[in-house]
Amino acid sequence: MTFLPKPKVRHPSLPKNSLGLTRRDYEGGLSTLCAGCGHDSITAAIIEASWGLDIEPQNMVKLSGIGCSSKTTAYFVSGGHGFNSVHGRMPSIAMGANAANRNLAYVGVSGDGDTLSIGLGQFCHAVRRNLNMAYIIENNGVYGLTKGQFSASADVGTKAKKGEVNQQPPIDPVLLALTLGATFVARSFSGDKQQLVPLIQAAIRHKGFALIDVLSPCVTFNDHEGSTKSYQYTREHYDAAVNADFVPFQREISADYAEGDALPVVLHDGSRILLRKLDSSYDPTDRGAAAAAIQERLKKGEFLTGLLYVDTNGKEFHEVNETPAIPLNQIPHNRLSPGSAALAKVLARYR
Amino acid sequence: MTPDMTNDFAIKIATVNGTGSASANTLLMKSIFRSGIPVMGKNYFPSNIQGLPTWYEIRVTKDAYVARSGKIDVMVAMNAETYARDVREVASGGYLLYDSTWPRPALLARDDITVLGVPLAKLCNENFNGVRTRILMKNICYAGVLAALLDLDVEKIRGLLAETYAKKPQLVDSNMKAITLGYEYAKQNLACPLPVKVAPLDKTRGHIMIDGNTAAGLGCVFAGATVGAWYPITPSTSLMDAFKSFADKLRVDPETGKKNFAFIQAEDELAAIGMVLGASWNGARAFTATSGPGVSLMNEFLGLAYYAEVPAVLFDIQRVGPSTGMPTRTQQCDILEAAYASHGDTKHVCLFPRDPEECFYFARDAFDLAERLQTPVMVLSDLDIGMNDWMCPDLKWDDTYVPDRGKVMGKDEIAKLEKFHRYLDVDGDGIPWRTLPGVHPKGAYFTRGSGHTQYGAYTEDSAEYQIVLDRLTRKFHTARRLVPAPVIEHDPGIDIALVAYGSSDGAVREARDILSSHGLTANYLRLRSFPFGEDVEKFLESHRLVFVIEQNRDAQMRSLLTLETRVEKHKLRSLLHYSGLPISSEFIVKGVLAEVEPKTRKADVKGVA
Repeated sequence: MTFLPKPKVRHPSLPKNSLGLTRRDYEGGLSTLCAGCGHDSITAAIIEASWGLDIEPQNMVKLSGIGCSSKTTAYFVSGGHGFNSVHGRMPSIAMGANAANRNLAYVGVSGDGDTLSIGLGQFCHAVRRNLNMAYIIENNGVYGLTKGQFSASADVGTKAKKGEVNQQPPIDPVLLALTLGATFVARSFSGDKQQLVPLIQAAIRHKGFALIDVLSPCVTFNDHEGSTKSYQYTREHYDAAVNADFVPFQREISADYAEGDALPVVLHDGSRILLRKLDSSYDPTDRGAAAAAIQERLKKGEFLTGLLYVDTNGKEFHEVNETPAIPLNQIPHNRLSPGSAALAKVLARYR
Repeated sequence: MTPDMTNDFAIKIATVNGTGSASANTLLMKSIFRSGIPVMGKNYFPSNIQGLPTWYEIRVTKDAYVARSGKIDVMVAMNAETYARDVREVASGGYLLYDSTWPRPALLARDDITVLGVPLAKLCNENFNGVRTRILMKNICYAGVLAALLDLDVEKIRGLLAETYAKKPQLVDSNMKAITLGYEYAKQNLACPLPVKVAPLDKTRGHIMIDGNTAAGLGCVFAGATVGAWYPITPSTSLMDAFKSFADKLRVDPETGKKNFAFIQAEDELAAIGMVLGASWNGARAFTATSGPGVSLMNEFLGLAYYAEVPAVLFDIQRVGPSTGMPTRTQQCDILEAAYASHGDTKHVCLFPRDPEECFYFARDAFDLAERLQTPVMVLSDLDIGMNDWMCPDLKWDDTYVPDRGKVMGKDEIAKLEKFHRYLDVDGDGIPWRTLPGVHPKGAYFTRGSGHTQYGAYTEDSAEYQIVLDRLTRKFHTARRLVPAPVIEHDPGIDIALVAYGSSDGAVREARDILSSHGLTANYLRLRSFPFGEDVEKFLESHRLVFVIEQNRDAQMRSLLTLETRVEKHKLRSLLHYSGLPISSEFIVKGVLAEVEPKTRKADVKGVA
């Protein structure tokens, strides 16, 4: 939502991806968020992930609702169309856009208010449809733009900047998505770029709805003592269970994982996610076990992170709908309109 | 002298819903239609699946009027619960048919009508087994009685049954048995035929009987719509059902079996319109169908679509409000809601089809307009048009039709640009150029509902904001010459006029004929769209007294006319019909005659202005 263009100064030695594009080509407008905002780190991770995936910028569609997080779609990949819609309704815009053209990469960025309060219904149904998109929640437990109200993800006992204590139980998007049948569920932290970048890449390549809940502390309204989503609290209670490495199809699979603690997951396009299990008992392909492990940690006030659950066999919307490989918005009219002879036949029923 | 009522009368059938009466009524109406006689059928049904009162009105009209006359000549009283009011409704000199298996309350006797008793339940109990079958066949049986009374061709009925039950021939036999039971009983015991009877004509050739929702759904298939998203709501649901059923037959790739359309049942109306916007923004022809409560929910997104300039097609099948209102009754009560939907300064293009035929063509026009104008277009049908079968001329499709996809820049055009500006008025018609995702990185822009400049950037600058808002006004002005023009019948020597729109048209046309026979001639303008063009202004200007006829309480179209044209408010008189039943010609005639003495028509209407 920025109106400040970034100066286009390019260093000739910047590394290029296979399309000959540098990271700068995946940037967007200048962020107008508060200095130190976790969201800006996520933006940087998306830029890094997109560059690394060799996505043609115009083939990325960026979608958002309303709120601080939703502004960020203006801050990356300026060569792709963006749609900053209305509060909590981004999933429906994404659904329609995806229905019209199944061949683009849809990346949605939302917040905890946008997803878990006003947009809870649309979020749930996008998961149920297994809409093929990467859906990133920039989760800070607080309403930033309206200055510090609790969001539905605020933990019980967390203290607002003005001292008020939250007493309502939080909605956990990760647990919710698991119960709704989500096929890709991850959690990460805005300050952990190493974990986040491959997760975003895998989410974009995953065929179906891919959720990444990113804890992203609000430096202005939720970074004080008593907050469970402050930088300090998050760093102290953050535990990676399964880190992902993303390996595009074209590249060789690196052998830097040891048998027994890594699990390769092949995506529909042949690319792979290597899940490095930091906790050997963790099984990211067992929905029930994943939910139990997450809940176990939450009881201790800890966030389990990484790619927590993945199922590459789920049917996404177009497979269920049986739409053709060619995007619907590119089918010529003569193949869409049945013509006068067909109409005459139809009318016979109405005589 | 009794007027000749051959091919000119109305029957009303009172039954209980869920008892198969709909099949019996359709059978009757279609057999009349197939005898070459114009016919109108209207279903007054409850918001319920089984057990509540329902009525069906069949008007046989040699003059091909399409509205209710306001008079019932034959009542078929099959529902004890509504019997008292049904008896009262029969016109003097008319007929009442009832099930004489049980005694009729003497209190309700009328000596100015002819009462015809047929022991329908008894006949069916003796001839059919099973409770359900007996109930269903009792209703088919009255169709047989009516066939005898009205002199209907039983073979036409047999033909229809054979088509309906082509795959279940035993049902043809059982239904024909019930028809014959009623038919023979009437022939033997009643004076058949009655003076109200049918005689074959040749006036339905080249016509079909179709409902507006089916026609609109069909229109969407032919217009090339590829994405349909909706949330079920009466009375719009059958439009989406029709689209899906036609698309399943006509839009499946014969080689791959793949569907060249996406059909999405949304979680609510907010999501439904969101999906339409997402798909239209991405270059598909997308639409939704809903009713008033759904439009209320869609307001926020409609404002976004207006301001961010995203095409969308929305069919509003209006029903009785406010709130949940009476979901299965008809009204034209969403005019203001549609025209000004959403907060802030917004205005929307609206089309007002008068019947199923126009629903079909307006479906096509709506997509052309939405993409040309990059804005939502709402087609305001209603329950009467949407769910009743209307006699219409055969629908035609021009195979040379090329959809107007509007100002969408292609890859090469974008590549040649130094910079793409989304909201710049390049051509002076208020319509900017747009680009689609996935085409060219130089065409990328950021779509937003927040303040933006004509170049597509975020702004909070007053002047930059106003430039865009003022251009939107110019765009809406351009819309005036693109939308369907009003239909005008104007004799310059006459200064009284009727103005109507949508499903009121049939009643108005008949009312004009009746008024004419009273010596009162009125000009007529049928609105077909909003914004109003210069021809509407001129028409209103050139009359001293204008009756605005509509089916709502608050004179919504009259309000819109006073707000959006230069017309002097006092010239506009409202005739408002908002009972939930379709407007009748009688209502209009009475309303006009109450204000204008027939002898003073044409020349002077002193005292009324």
